[in-house]
Amino acid sequence: MHWLHPLAVMSEVEKQVPEEHALSLREVSRTFYSGGHKITALDKVDLTIPFGKVTGLIGPDGAGKTTLMRLAAGLLLPDAGRIQVLCIDAVANPLAVQSVVGYMPQRFGLYEDLTVQENLDFYADLHGVTEKSRPDRYRELLHMTGLGPFTSRLAGRLSGGMKQKLGLACTLVSPPRLLILDEPTAGVDPVSRRELWSIVDNLVKAEGMSVLLSTAYLDEAERCAEAILLHEGKIVAQGAPADFSETMRGRVFLASQETGNKRHLQSLLTFTPGVLDALIDGERIRLIMESPDTPVPQLDGSTIEPAPPRFEDAFIAALKGKPQAGRPLAPAIQHQSTSCAEDDLVITIENVARKFGDFYAVRDISFSVRRGEIFGLLGANGAGKSTTFRMLCGLLPVSAGRLSVAGHDLRHAAARARGRIGYMAQRFSLYSNLTVLQNLHFFASTYGLRNHHRQERIRWALDAFELAPYGQSNSGEMPLGFKQRLAFACALMHEPDILFLDEPTSGVDPLARREFWQRTNTLANAGVTVLITTHFMDEANYCDRLVIMADGGILTQGTPKEIKTPFCTPEAPEPNMEETFIALIEGREQTP
Amino acid sequence: MSCQVSGFHATHMRLRGMIRKEWLQILRDPSSLAIAFILPLVLLLLFGYGVSLDARHIPLALVVEQPDAQTASLTGAFERSDYFTPTRFSNIQAAQLALKTHQVDGIVWLRNNFGCCLLAGDNAAIGVIVNGVNANQARITEGYIQGVWQTWLQNQSNAEGRDLPIPVTLEHRIWFNPAMRSQDFLIPGLIAVIMTLTGALLTAMVVAREWERGTMEALMVTPIRIWEILIGKLIPYFVLGMGGMLLTVAMARWQFDVPLRGSFWTLLGSSALFMLVALGMGLLISILAKSQFVAGQVAIIVTFLPAFLLSGFIFDISSMPTAVQAITHLVPARYFVAILQTLFLAGDIWPLVLANSSALLLISLIFLVLIKYKARKRLD
Repeated sequence: MHWLHPLAVMSEVEKQVPEEHALSLREVSRTFYSGGHKITALDKVDLTIPFGKVTGLIGPDGAGKTTLMRLAAGLLLPDAGRIQVLCIDAVANPLAVQSVVGYMPQRFGLYEDLTVQENLDFYADLHGVTEKSRPDRYRELLHMTGLGPFTSRLAGRLSGGMKQKLGLACTLVSPPRLLILDEPTAGVDPVSRRELWSIVDNLVKAEGMSVLLSTAYLDEAERCAEAILLHEGKIVAQGAPADFSETMRGRVFLASQETGNKRHLQSLLTFTPGVLDALIDGERIRLIMESPDTPVPQLDGSTIEPAPPRFEDAFIAALKGKPQAGRPLAPAIQHQSTSCAEDDLVITIENVARKFGDFYAVRDISFSVRRGEIFGLLGANGAGKSTTFRMLCGLLPVSAGRLSVAGHDLRHAAARARGRIGYMAQRFSLYSNLTVLQNLHFFASTYGLRNHHRQERIRWALDAFELAPYGQSNSGEMPLGFKQRLAFACALMHEPDILFLDEPTSGVDPLARREFWQRTNTLANAGVTVLITTHFMDEANYCDRLVIMADGGILTQGTPKEIKTPFCTPEAPEPNMEETFIALIEGREQTP
Repeated sequence: MSCQVSGFHATHMRLRGMIRKEWLQILRDPSSLAIAFILPLVLLLLFGYGVSLDARHIPLALVVEQPDAQTASLTGAFERSDYFTPTRFSNIQAAQLALKTHQVDGIVWLRNNFGCCLLAGDNAAIGVIVNGVNANQARITEGYIQGVWQTWLQNQSNAEGRDLPIPVTLEHRIWFNPAMRSQDFLIPGLIAVIMTLTGALLTAMVVAREWERGTMEALMVTPIRIWEILIGKLIPYFVLGMGGMLLTVAMARWQFDVPLRGSFWTLLGSSALFMLVALGMGLLISILAKSQFVAGQVAIIVTFLPAFLLSGFIFDISSMPTAVQAITHLVPARYFVAILQTLFLAGDIWPLVLANSSALLLISLIFLVLIKYKARKRLD
């Protein structure tokens, strides 16, 4: 493992291209032009990946992961530098590279109007797989991916996890020597993720394949033989994941308290000098100190003890800049109403159901949300989260039951009541061909902000969400994390005191997720009520209270601790939310 | 590697794979079949029946102030004519009101002295009022009224052996389209417009669709050559487009009774050449546009509209301003319209067919070179 510092001097010997690398990049740079701006995707990258191992490319959105992979596949030309794939020059001879490399783009590259078998045939034709060797290869691939029973199904009718496995099978029809996978697990359910990993591990073990894959899940980095940390077009570090964790020894602690709100403890710790990062981890707060010598903060009523470091800690430590004191990360919100009684119910839902034809999307659910609370709706796709959300926002009428938001049913509420709500839709609903500034202007005007007030809020948004350098960029061309920030800013333009956030962190990298939660916490501490849906299980711990939904009903509700407690066993005294969730689903299936 | 074929066999296998894939997509996705067959059908029916430059059944007011034998025979002549649907009015005021309210397009006014003036050999005047809002229609109406009147006069003089003052008449002889059916002239030109639209839309949309769905990226990382992708796209849509073309030709021949005086094979050959041009335009557009919506819009604006307006299909090129005439030379459909009108109405006039075909060949070569130059197996 080596950390690359600008001052680190590499010897000439090391710079020569050794032949035992599956992929090597030397001084590779690549820039793009977007809206008159020059964007440096890769900046003099030096990199080698070994044969016969899984190498993970890890980095936040916009770090240059996809650009690097496309360069390696001969799909892009570098501005400068040399790229060698299995000792073939990818710049001079992309076709030769493409006959030995398997590459799966982020969207799998499947023809949705072709069946599973037809997709396989097509890619077999393109790769020149002989007719004679096909039956054996197909049998092998179908067995490996479990797609055997579905060969005549259209690819478009497969589930997300199955599409991903078919995409992988198509890149494997002619066994490549180097397999490049661009975020293969993004947006795929946990079970499919696990299956994909066992396929990849097997390919490496049985066929000696070299694999380069990018991922936004930091827990997956620990499954790679080697991890490469890419940030702003530069390699920050490369090495075995365990080595990454090892550098964090002595810097990671867990803080817990007997009573009180863990979010308060988290924000308190975040702004304590010497603390690089404070994150809710189960029922405790995970602390990363700026250095092993930094004294551990002492807080009354809480205990802080050392913890074994993880890859994620190293990732955060490598990429995170300390938020400057004095400039809070999260926006200041002025309140229309200041009566903040703790048991002031802002949202109530009583026996609400929603039917589409004969199908109950939501059945008989009841819960209530207090002022200043972060309330989570957790569940797999199709559990009824979005339907519940749409009913609350007044976009869908209820089939039965009663609901009120700030004392109103939003379907019939006056514009004034709606003006108190901020809504961030799934996939962010921005105008992708408008610039950041134009989006902000538009959303400010739809909420009726005028002249001076509007200017002030736009300035606030650019500042608080660090969007000022991107004012003239088209929002459609920004990385997902920036889109999320912009969408969040747009939802907050009119200083609402109730926030609806529908899957705000979906597909967003860990750093951006952290920032997002920090802003949300600050808002909640200022008395804003937040209702949020997510399918990240660890994010459930950030909520004050939550409901877990499945098949339109509520499986359980309460604080994260209350939800996890029934599943504590002597073997697993501290089950995490994912384990709890799986146990809950399994328990329900056993008692019909 | 023993499991992988190479050289010519590999090329053959890749092309076969591309073409088979395109066929499967064509069969499963109704939109390309609709563009190839339904769109030509709709355009053909719309133009074949909806647009006609001939005047028929023009509503006409007949005002007869003093009915007698002469007026009855003249109005009978109008009533028997295919060109008019006459309505009788007893006074000119009512007829003028009808003209103002668009119930009629013209008035023929026989005053109360018509019969006696005619018998007396005096100048028996007929008042004719025509709605001039549509100048073209007005001229046609006027001409037809004159025609009916002259024929009647002729018959009168023959029947009664009397010397009536017959105005000088022109002897018309119309070549190639003796019946002067505008359909015979419009529909061959329409075939060119339809082929431009279907050909350009087909390829523009299907390549852009691969970009949009992210399959192009996966396609490009396989060992396939860029020209194999292009040929693999061209062949299936060429066949599809020619199928649509045969449908329109069959419709022209048997549904609209347009005569085909040239040979079918000449028609097929020149159509194949033009289909190549249209597909090439679509392919070039889709290489540059990369989104189905933009590609579709661009295809309509840069291929369909010029083919419609500047090809001579409906508007005569020689009566356009000189600058516009020069621009029409850049419109491929212009050459094909000339070929089609010749083949359908005149026959295999080789000098004309060959000259225009060479122009098409040149244009298709230019497009292929442009495509070769623009199409890269890269994402930037």
